[in-house]
Amino acid sequence: MSDRQELGALMRCARQGDDEAYRRLLVRVSFWLRPVVRRGLAAAGRGPEDGEDIVQETLLAMHLKRDTWDAAQPLEPWLRAIARYKLIDHLRRRGFADHVDIDDIADSLEASTAADPAPAVDSRRLLATLPERQRRIVEEISLEGRRAADVAERLGMSEGAVRVALHRALKSLASAFRTGSA
Amino acid sequence: MKTEQLIDALVADRGPASASRLSRFPIALGLGILVSLAAFLATLGVRPDFIPSIETWRFDLKVAVMLLAWGLALSLCRALASPFEVRRPALRLLPLGLVLFATVVVELMLVPPTEWATRLVGTNWAVCLTAIPLLSLAPLAALLIALRSAAPQSPAQAGAAAGLLAAASGATLYALHCFDDSPLFVATWYGLATALVVILGAVLGRRLLRW
Repeated sequence: MSDRQELGALMRCARQGDDEAYRRLLVRVSFWLRPVVRRGLAAAGRGPEDGEDIVQETLLAMHLKRDTWDAAQPLEPWLRAIARYKLIDHLRRRGFADHVDIDDIADSLEASTAADPAPAVDSRRLLATLPERQRRIVEEISLEGRRAADVAERLGMSEGAVRVALHRALKSLASAFRTGSA
Repeated sequence: MKTEQLIDALVADRGPASASRLSRFPIALGLGILVSLAAFLATLGVRPDFIPSIETWRFDLKVAVMLLAWGLALSLCRALASPFEVRRPALRLLPLGLVLFATVVVELMLVPPTEWATRLVGTNWAVCLTAIPLLSLAPLAALLIALRSAAPQSPAQAGAAAGLLAAASGATLYALHCFDDSPLFVATWYGLATALVVILGAVLGRRLLRW
């Protein structure tokens, strides 16, 4: 099985509720994305300091828009399309309107199996834009690594309510990235 | 929040994927058109000489041009709603431009120059300029709502295409009411009315369809 098919297979498994497959997919995409973003910023004559923010924003967009991928198609062109939009959108917000050709700066995902670990950046300021309860839920799940069911118990909510609040929080985070309020 | 931690949050946020985002688009368009159809029948209605008018080629041509515009707008809107880049989207409307141009040329050849102005101004251009945008509002609103779950590379272009599709829907309805069948009238006033809705769609799309 080629790598390209494997990406699509991971997403298909993820759609069927396989959380481990989804995590593997997102981690792999983040490894691929980091150098792409770095090169995109360099091509625009900008420093790498916003890099990890763009990686996170792109991952969020991929997550929130994952239903726009047609499972009959390969996943990589779709991933590139999302990354392209997010990179251009980020540069445009900062007054750089030039065209970015994602194919010039992106390796094939197949080739990007080597790990490009995340720099130890911490965007707590992004979480600070969330309402108290949503922020708490995101922190419990992401920073403390708790499961939604445990968070529900700790906060005295139903698991469904935790998931709804988490989803809202992620949408708010995406919007905070977009408006540059973070 | 570090990227690894964000991934934890994304993995935890995996409710059942909403069954079929793709089917949302036709449903929204259908509902929007139904609302406009009801408004159309309640106010303007089909012209009284509708049956005999079907036998005149100018009326048939007018309706055919509207349907062509509708079909092209539909395919353009779907393409621009996808996350993939669409190069030169306006080029996809070239067939419509050519057909409109050809109908105008034929009309200018058939009608003596002294009558051009009368045909151009028609009987109710003001109604045309008002009714088409109004009949486009419901489809436009429905399309924009549906497109919010899409991922367009260019929100403004996707909004403009939604405006075009909405205007084509409204104009097709209005064409069944309007007595002015001359291509001179259609190209001018239908065109102007459509342009208004396309601009509105682009402005709204730019604001509402970012993601």
